[in-house]
Amino acid sequence: MDILPILSTLRRHKITAWLLILEIALTCAIVCNAVFLISQRLERMNLPSGIAEHELVQVQLANIGNRSDAEARAKTDLAALRQIPGVTQVALVFQMPFTDGGSSNSGIKLDPQQQEDTVDVTQYMGENLLSTLGTRLVAGRDFRPDEFVDLDAAVTALHSGNLKGLPQVLVITQMLAERLWPGQSALGKQIYLGQGLPFRVVGVVAHLARPNRLSKGVEYSTVWPISMNVAQGASFLIRCAPQERERVLKSALAALKQLDPNRVVLQKRTYDEARHAFFANDRAMTGILVGVCLALLIVTALGIVGLASFWVAQRRRTIGVRRALGATRANILQYFQTENFLLATIGIVIGMALAFGINLFLMQHYELPRLPAIYFPVGAIALWVIGQLAVLGPALRAAAVPPVVATRSV
Amino acid sequence: MFDYYLGLALRSLRRNKVLTALMIVTLGLGIGASITTLTVLRLLSGDPLPQKSARLFYAQVDPYTKDGYEAGKTKPQRLIAYTDAMNLLHAHQADRQVALALTDARIAPLRSGEHPFFSDGVMTTADFFTMFDAPFQYGGGWSAADDESRAQVVVISDFLNDKLFGGASSVGRIIRVNDHDLRIIGVLKKWAPQPRFYAQELGGRSYGDGDAVFLPLQTARAANMDPTNDDCWAVADITKLETAPCIWLGFWVELSSDAEVAAYTQFLSNYAQQQIALGRFYRPEVALSDLMQWLRNEKVVPDDVRLQAGLAFGFLLICVVNTVGLLLAKCLRRSQEIGVRRALGAMRREIFAQFMVEAGMVGLAGGLLGLVFAEFGLWCIRHQPAEYAGLAHLDVHMFLLTFLVALVSSLVAGLLPAWRASQLAPGSQLKAA
Repeated sequence: MDILPILSTLRRHKITAWLLILEIALTCAIVCNAVFLISQRLERMNLPSGIAEHELVQVQLANIGNRSDAEARAKTDLAALRQIPGVTQVALVFQMPFTDGGSSNSGIKLDPQQQEDTVDVTQYMGENLLSTLGTRLVAGRDFRPDEFVDLDAAVTALHSGNLKGLPQVLVITQMLAERLWPGQSALGKQIYLGQGLPFRVVGVVAHLARPNRLSKGVEYSTVWPISMNVAQGASFLIRCAPQERERVLKSALAALKQLDPNRVVLQKRTYDEARHAFFANDRAMTGILVGVCLALLIVTALGIVGLASFWVAQRRRTIGVRRALGATRANILQYFQTENFLLATIGIVIGMALAFGINLFLMQHYELPRLPAIYFPVGAIALWVIGQLAVLGPALRAAAVPPVVATRSV
Repeated sequence: MFDYYLGLALRSLRRNKVLTALMIVTLGLGIGASITTLTVLRLLSGDPLPQKSARLFYAQVDPYTKDGYEAGKTKPQRLIAYTDAMNLLHAHQADRQVALALTDARIAPLRSGEHPFFSDGVMTTADFFTMFDAPFQYGGGWSAADDESRAQVVVISDFLNDKLFGGASSVGRIIRVNDHDLRIIGVLKKWAPQPRFYAQELGGRSYGDGDAVFLPLQTARAANMDPTNDDCWAVADITKLETAPCIWLGFWVELSSDAEVAAYTQFLSNYAQQQIALGRFYRPEVALSDLMQWLRNEKVVPDDVRLQAGLAFGFLLICVVNTVGLLLAKCLRRSQEIGVRRALGAMRREIFAQFMVEAGMVGLAGGLLGLVFAEFGLWCIRHQPAEYAGLAHLDVHMFLLTFLVALVSSLVAGLLPAWRASQLAPGSQLKAA
């Protein structure tokens, strides 16, 4: 296909051609970045939590009554919940992966003399936590019952500097182990908290995500042998078969109300609902971005259709002359397709540069990573395809112009 | 003449119905998206107390230790400790001053058989209502003396008053909050500044409903009400927050002149130096930000909302470029008509005006459609899970802005085609015909 005649025609329609190029370039730039944002959101929404997500329900009560009998109440409550048919595990825990609200976090050190903390980790606490969450242990062991310390007792011990009253051991995630001791086994290693308090790693779990503050490292989680009760802000986490969740939740509420009808239920939900709520904003944003991308592509495609139709109408006579001089329908079709391909290519080249610029801007202002190189060829192909599809209709109409047109108006 | 142009434009637009519809719909989409996101952005970055925000300042001093401190680089903590709040409060160096924290207030039912419920509470000091212009429906606030004597009083919101007392004056009635009987001394009118500037950093939401109960700080603490957010720089017994090494209070002052602002900043610096001398502080940094600056520091407007606005304007730009292209193609097709008009004596500027009128009509129609899209967009926003969702409504300003944006963008889009049309030489076009 000869490109020179196309270029010389385009030179006579400079402004319109540049407008089309500009539109394609802007669309390319915005759509590339929007699709990248969508992929970031999707990645975030699909982060693994490391727990048996579909088997958990949560009930949180407000503490009513005094703090001192909270531990005894916790025992009665847990016993009552274990009685419910279908319940396999129950724990009183302070936090769950991917939930808003309170979370316990702390800096840890690898050396007691260190000034700055090595990493910021989240602290999971509660008896039976690992088996209830369904987190898979990949090395070491779960806690022994005699290793557990009550939260209030631990705080008092910390306060008085009594190391004996504190838990001695902890379990960490594989990701954290790899960050702290790359390539080595974490078992038996020491980490330090605050003013150099030592704790020993006895177990490593495959995955366990943080509740929030994900930017500090999604899986930088630690688990501590600290037991908690409702007064300390813990909620009941109940594990059962996925299809039993609704029934178990109802029975659990009934059982807890029966023990004390005056308690206020702050939260009752399945873990799936909790996770769904945590990512609700990301889901909404993804929807908006998808909508904008589609609208942009449609507007651009319609713009191409509109302009191409006008060009075809304007060049009816020229087309007729070409046909009369022996050009086939296919020649005419190809002419318009090549023209669109050329315009799209220039638009895409400019658009990619723009996309890169917008990405740099977003990286500065919104903590976004760099646009992966794969977006450039994929974006280019997508726009070429859309351009070709959009121009097909007008080009076919051009090809249908009969040669006789050439003779008519002269 | 204008009527004539209108007629011509209408006829021209009607000749190419599909194309006209295409231009109007794209312009409408772009305008609808822009207005929707702009409304949300304006709503979220608005001034919560326009009549007063320039005189309200958020004060920061930093009781943290040398851990992680870099002189000159580390910004002061965003909350302050109880000791510092009381020292600053009692120093009376500003026209008014307020220390506050948020809390969950457990409110006992008035009738038997109902269940207790939790409401949002603010533990604060006497100047809160006058300083933040919170209007009273019945009664009034408490005094500084009530603060010190831990008076068992409470101010409640209009919606709590409606819920508990059916909207009648409840001043003098008793409600039970966290197992303590408190006497209601005031009922607020509807008061929910947006953003909730005073709740920043205290563990509350940034937008949405107002709080339900307001009670003296020390009264609340005596009733074991805990702040929603606290941060400790050392091992702490958080049941005794007044003496624990923890920060959990926000501190606001009202200052009426630049001189007073300078003087108060100096006072804060001196206070930090004095505390360093006493061995309580290590870091000398202090900060005093006016209300709007504080909201900017807090990045109260979510990044997503800015991103959406940027995206919408990018979209509008593409729609405008699209419209320019279509209008241009259209006007070039009408070269003959223009040639005839020019030959019959129309001036260049008359041709120009004719095409601008046509572009303006497309713009107005696009604006009308954009308004429909914007209403739909805002309806969608209201059904989003964001905390500001319920606030998203189109106001008069944005309504007018819609048409301004529509007209401006369509006239900008019409400029190039109209100019090109007016430059056509009459002779050559006539010859071709």
